[in-house]
Amino acid sequence: MLLDSKIPEGPLAEKWEKHKFNVKLVNPANKRKYDVIVVGTGLAGSSAAASLAELGYNVKAFTYHDSPRRAHSIAAQGGINAAKNYQNDGDSIFRLFYDTVKGGDYRAREANVYRLAQVSVSIIDQCVAQGVPFAREYGGLLANRSFGGAQVSRTFYARGQTGQQLLLGAYSALSRQVAYGKVKLYTRSEMLDLVMVDGQARGIVTRHLITGEVETHAAHAVVLATGGYGNVFYLSTNAKYCNTTAAWRAHKKGAFFANPCFTQIHPTCIPVSGDYQSKLTLMSESLRNDGRVWVPKTTEMAERVRKGEVKPQDIAETDRDYFLERKYPAFGNLVPRDVASRNAKQMCDEGRGVGSTGLAVYLDFAEIIQRIGAEGVSQKYGNLFAMYEKITDENPYERPMRIYPAVHYTMGGLWVDYNLQTTIPGLYATGECNFSDHGANRLGASALMQGLADGYFVIPYTIGDYLAATAPKPVDTQHPAFAEAKAGVEARTEQLLAIKGTRTPDQFHKALGHIMWEYCGMARNAEGLQFAKKEIQRLRKEFWSDVRVAGTGEELNQTLEKAGRVADFIELGELMVDDALARNESCGGHFREEYQTPEGEALRDDENYAYVAAWEYQGENQPEKLNKEELTFENVKLTQRSYK
Amino acid sequence: MAGSNPNAKPMNLTLNVWRQPNRSTEGKMVEYKVKDISPEMSFLEMLDVLNEDLLHAGTDPVAFDHDCREGICGSCDLFINGRSHGPEKGTTTCQLHMRKFSDGDTITIEPWRANAFPVNKDLSVDRSAFDRIIQAGGYVSVNTGGVPDGNEIAIPKDIADRAFEAATCIGCGACVAACKNASAMLFVSAKVSQLALLPQGKPERKTRVENMIEQMDKEGFGACSNIGSCAAECPVGISLENIAILNREYISAKATSNNLA
Ligand SMILES: Cc1cc2nc3c(=O)[nH]c(=O)nc-3n(C[C@H](O)[C@H](O)[C@H](O)COP(=O)(O)OP(=O)(O)OC[C@H]3O[C@@H](n4cnc5c(N)ncnc54)[C@H](O)[C@@H]3O)c2cc1C
Ligand code: FES
Repeated sequence: MLLDSKIPEGPLAEKWEKHKFNVKLVNPANKRKYDVIVVGTGLAGSSAAASLAELGYNVKAFTYHDSPRRAHSIAAQGGINAAKNYQNDGDSIFRLFYDTVKGGDYRAREANVYRLAQVSVSIIDQCVAQGVPFAREYGGLLANRSFGGAQVSRTFYARGQTGQQLLLGAYSALSRQVAYGKVKLYTRSEMLDLVMVDGQARGIVTRHLITGEVETHAAHAVVLATGGYGNVFYLSTNAKYCNTTAAWRAHKKGAFFANPCFTQIHPTCIPVSGDYQSKLTLMSESLRNDGRVWVPKTTEMAERVRKGEVKPQDIAETDRDYFLERKYPAFGNLVPRDVASRNAKQMCDEGRGVGSTGLAVYLDFAEIIQRIGAEGVSQKYGNLFAMYEKITDENPYERPMRIYPAVHYTMGGLWVDYNLQTTIPGLYATGECNFSDHGANRLGASALMQGLADGYFVIPYTIGDYLAATAPKPVDTQHPAFAEAKAGVEARTEQLLAIKGTRTPDQFHKALGHIMWEYCGMARNAEGLQFAKKEIQRLRKEFWSDVRVAGTGEELNQTLEKAGRVADFIELGELMVDDALARNESCGGHFREEYQTPEGEALRDDENYAYVAAWEYQGENQPEKLNKEELTFENVKLTQRSYK
Repeated sequence: MAGSNPNAKPMNLTLNVWRQPNRSTEGKMVEYKVKDISPEMSFLEMLDVLNEDLLHAGTDPVAFDHDCREGICGSCDLFINGRSHGPEKGTTTCQLHMRKFSDGDTITIEPWRANAFPVNKDLSVDRSAFDRIIQAGGYVSVNTGGVPDGNEIAIPKDIADRAFEAATCIGCGACVAACKNASAMLFVSAKVSQLALLPQGKPERKTRVENMIEQMDKEGFGACSNIGSCAAECPVGISLENIAILNREYISAKATSNNLA
């Protein structure tokens, strides 16, 4: 299949305007004759569902949560980017575009990224109008901060709870449409399959998590806004329920999966404390604006710190290595996430890590505390410091934080064209669920921007183009494809319950996470990846013969839910490994040890790998087929990223 | 593997847990023992240990709601030793750590108890009443697009900050569970104050408060008798001042209601 990204003709800055004019419109009186299913009610889903309902479409919105307000988006801390240039510091749409393409290590589509930067300004206006309480200056205008390696202040924020406030804004818009009867909300309903009729997406199969009832739902188009798959690593900063099932089911029905190996490891997370650890907690990137990252200069000193013989605050300046400031004088502690993470790992690999496990580096606030006082620091970061203390029982005002990289975000996802349509006609993907605009590495504060851009300002236009060409006939679930998909879901549930093995879904998930982290994590090499592939295949066999699920399918059964999600993670894990093996270069979050510069930085191969890898499912136990979407760069020059 | 405190000693605990198969079947307390619990664990990680044990023993694990485990999504909702989210002030269940307990302790774990929050199973309750209250008016009626520039409306910083404080409610329901009347006033007041304080919320100020209060009553939440256990037990510190604002808003809306016609 030839991949058509449907990028509009014309100069970069005019593409979106032109495209909006060229897409077909659905007549206002006809909009109510179309049903659209939106799966997921995080930022990307709530914004899409509300906006489509406002236009007049009948929307059915699904979430496995008990309320849309609980989606993982709620946890985003740091902020959202927009090229407003309110600070008069040289920002522009082109600069945000440029930073995003460069930050993504030149593996994103120029046209999409430019559109993202263009609509970013409208997002802020929209959220303000909804009553989102962004941080403000004394004069009453909106405040900004610089974030995630940007050299301009373009990040809007609501203290450390930006995701919460943005999601509650989108949730309020969605709630309003529920009240108007334009959105029907299905909570605690998990999509377990996609229904295809004549090659088009026409509905979904869900399981109600409280009653266990399996239902089918029909629509003229389906939008997946089901988030990322970072939990394939078991431990990540994602919420516990985040999973790949919706996207993976769609993949098996024909939606290509793009760049699955592009995962982001965030440098500032609270380190693992024990085997019981169930998730990792992010310490917002904004802390790197004022915190200084260091490890002891020598392994001997590090050893003494690990044993508790020396306190970090007592180590002399001359015995510390502020390694980011030393290696990257221009950006210092603000280098992009992939660079910061890799360097922390390197320090620990050298034996200079701290904490009882040796898998941590320090993030030190002593200097800023001295400069502006503990009170000032508390105003900036109070909630983060309190959270750190709650979890670790250590006071970061007195003792540097211990941090270590953790899986945080997935740049890969369902392949979509410029219209956000997958390779299945009528199936769209938005937010973290698609392979999106971040290339091989996402910049801080850009995921919230992308989710809301997709939902508020892109999909409402582009979905019309498809619907206008679809007859406005009522849809129902009479077609045999619905009964067939439903039977498939029920059979799988039965199968999971029938195995009655000896290992719990959590045990399998941890085993998978271990393989992924060791061999497909911060650094990868061909040998390790080949080993991982065999291990995952073995794990998959064991899962289907030895997993243990108690209870029945006709009740709230969290072990059953978990088992289904882990089964899909195992399959996705293998594809991630395949993708990492096929990409013989290093770029962004994908660091292949064989491909690095003499200084140990990622070495891209633009000649051979400036493409999007879009994987096509070929059937059970068949190797997937790699399709390539070549990337062309007309507006930025490909350079070796340098933050020195 | 030890965490920040290598000297922390593992604990053995007795748990009294509410078990209830579904909404229509009666429930009861059941006793379980858990061993070798690290003080570094979170409360939910301790329950994970219990559930893995139960599953290995062939018993149905205890159902409970959780997701972010960072104190922000509002999913977790346990009533621990007679208190919403347990003994630590300003803390959700997921952020509560076992170092707050001692070896040999008996811990009682129940679901939120309120007529408006029926039990789904074990410790999981149905809080969709909160969604319906927001649907009754917890929004500003703007469509996507066509709104003014974000900086066109200047909002004094102290007003913006107060609105933000109110807006940080996580919708967990601890306030309802802590209240002897099972009132939802703190939850409703947080949203009403946020939008009443901001210029964007002013046009719909009266109808909003009336409709949200009406829905709250319809859902079967109790009346507020000004005791303040809601704010005392709120994990994110939503202030009682919001209830005062809500009362003021409601009285003035009633006195000058747009709904009279
Ligand atoms: C701790 C943390 C902090 C972050 N901070 C920032 C930040 O400061 N700035 C930034 O830009 N980004 C940040 N991010 C990233 C950003 O939050 C996410 O990428 C983004 O919110 C994802 O939004 P989404 O709408 O795509 O998905 P989600 O918010 O994950 O929503 C997914 C939705 O899909 C539903 N769903 C999923 N599968 C199914 C199914 N099978 N059936 C039914 N429903 C389903 C869920 O119920 C949910 O409603 C952060 C991420 C983390 C983990
Ligand atoms: S699990 Fe999200 S607040 Fe506790």
